[in-house]
Amino acid sequence: MDYKTSIFVVCYILFAPLIGGLLQGIDRKISARMQRRVGPPLLQPFYDVIKLFKKQVIAVTPSQGFLLLTYFVLMVLTGAMFFAGSDILLCFFVLSTAATFLYFAAVVSSSPYATVGSMRELIQMLAYEPAVLLTCVGFYLAEGTFNVDEIVRSDTSAIRYLPGFFVAFVFILTIKMRKSPFDTSTSHHMHQEIVKGITTEMGAQNLALFQITEWYETVFLMGVVGLFVINSNPISIVVAIAVVLAVYFLEILIDNSSARVKWNLMVKSSWLVTIFAAGVNLLVLMLVYKR
Amino acid sequence: MAKIKKSPWLLHYDGSSCNGCDIEVLACLTPIYDAERFGVMNTGDPMQADIFLITGGINTQNAEVVKQLYNQMPRPKVVVAVGVCACTGGVFKDCYNILGGADTVIPVDIYVPGCAARPQSIIDGIVQAVELFQKRSDEHDKEMKNKGREAS
Repeated sequence: MDYKTSIFVVCYILFAPLIGGLLQGIDRKISARMQRRVGPPLLQPFYDVIKLFKKQVIAVTPSQGFLLLTYFVLMVLTGAMFFAGSDILLCFFVLSTAATFLYFAAVVSSSPYATVGSMRELIQMLAYEPAVLLTCVGFYLAEGTFNVDEIVRSDTSAIRYLPGFFVAFVFILTIKMRKSPFDTSTSHHMHQEIVKGITTEMGAQNLALFQITEWYETVFLMGVVGLFVINSNPISIVVAIAVVLAVYFLEILIDNSSARVKWNLMVKSSWLVTIFAAGVNLLVLMLVYKR
Repeated sequence: MAKIKKSPWLLHYDGSSCNGCDIEVLACLTPIYDAERFGVMNTGDPMQADIFLITGGINTQNAEVVKQLYNQMPRPKVVVAVGVCACTGGVFKDCYNILGGADTVIPVDIYVPGCAARPQSIIDGIVQAVELFQKRSDEHDKEMKNKGREAS
C-alpha cells in the first residue's frame, strides 16, 4: 500500500461516519420539509448516537454485542478496501458477510419481531444481490478490470457503457439504504407491524454501533455510485459528487412518496429491473461492443 | 456533560384510554405541532425509549404490561402521564377493573392534565420531561463515575 492509498483509507475511516451522519441529518431535514414540518436539527443523528452511548446497557444476549462489532468491523473493512482501490468484487463479498453478521445479531435475541425482521433481511439480500454482482461484472466488461483504482484511472466514465447497470444499482440502493417502499426488515417509523424489525432488541450502545455502521455503509454505497462517473479527468470528481447527491435526493423522494410493499413484490420488482436494465445492458456490452 | 436532552425518544402506551389522548399524542407529531423539532422520535420499542408516555388508566389486565415496559427501558428514563385518566383514573376511577392512575404501578414524574390533553400541554409536558431526562442522565453519569472510582 503506497502513501496515497493509505491517506484515502485513513480519511474514509475518520470521516465516513461524519459524512454519513450529516447525510442522514440532511435526509431527516429534507423529509420533514417534504411533509411540511420544520424537522429536527441538522446534527440530530449525532445527538441520537451520543445519547445512545450514555444509556444503561441492557443486553438481551451477550453475543449480540460481539456480532454487531463484527458487522461494524467488516463494514469498515469493505469501505476501506474500496477506497484503497482494491477489487470491487471482493468489497461486495465482504459487504455480504457483514450483512450476514447483522442477521445473526438480530436472530440471537430470539425476539419474534427481531426474528421476522432478520428473515426479511435475508429476503432483501436475495433481492439485491443479483444486481450487485452484475454491477461488478458490468464494471469488468466496461473497463476490463475489477480493481477500483484502475476503473478510476480510465479515460471515459463507466456509466457511458453501463446506464442499465446504473439504473439497477440505484433501484436496489433503496433496499440497501432501508428506504420505503423496501424498508421491510426495519422501519424508521413507529407503530408498525414488526416494531423496529431487525433492531428491535438493540438498545443503548449496540444501537449506536448499528447506526454508525449504517453511516459507513452509506458512504461506501455512495462511493460505488460515484465510481460510475469518475474517470481520469479531475472534473469528473465534481460531476460524481453531483450525481451522488442527486441519487441521494432521489432516494429521499422515493422514501417519502411511497408506501411499504410486501416482500414478494420487492423480490419480483428488483429482479425484473435487474434482468431488464442490467441484463439487457450486459447483452449489449457482450454482443454489440464485443467486450 | 453531553446534552443528551436533544434526543428524547418516546414510547407511547395506551392503557385503558378512550383514544382521545392518543390521537392528541399523534397530533403532536403532525406538521402543525411537529415535536420532532426537539429531536423527539416516537419509537415503539422500550429498549430504545427514554420517555414513557402513558395514556389512560391502569386496569387489572394492563398493570403487569406497564410494569414490564417500564422495566425494559434502560436508565435514565422519565415517565409522563398524559390525560386525566393516566393521572388519576379520571371518569373511570370507580370502575370495578380500574386500579387508578399510572402512578399506582410505576413512578410517574410529569402529570399532563386534560380530557383530552391538548397537544400544546402534551408538548409542554415533554419539554419538562426532557429537562428531567437531562438531570437524571447527569446524575447517572456521576453515579457511574463514583462506582468506577470505588472499583479502582
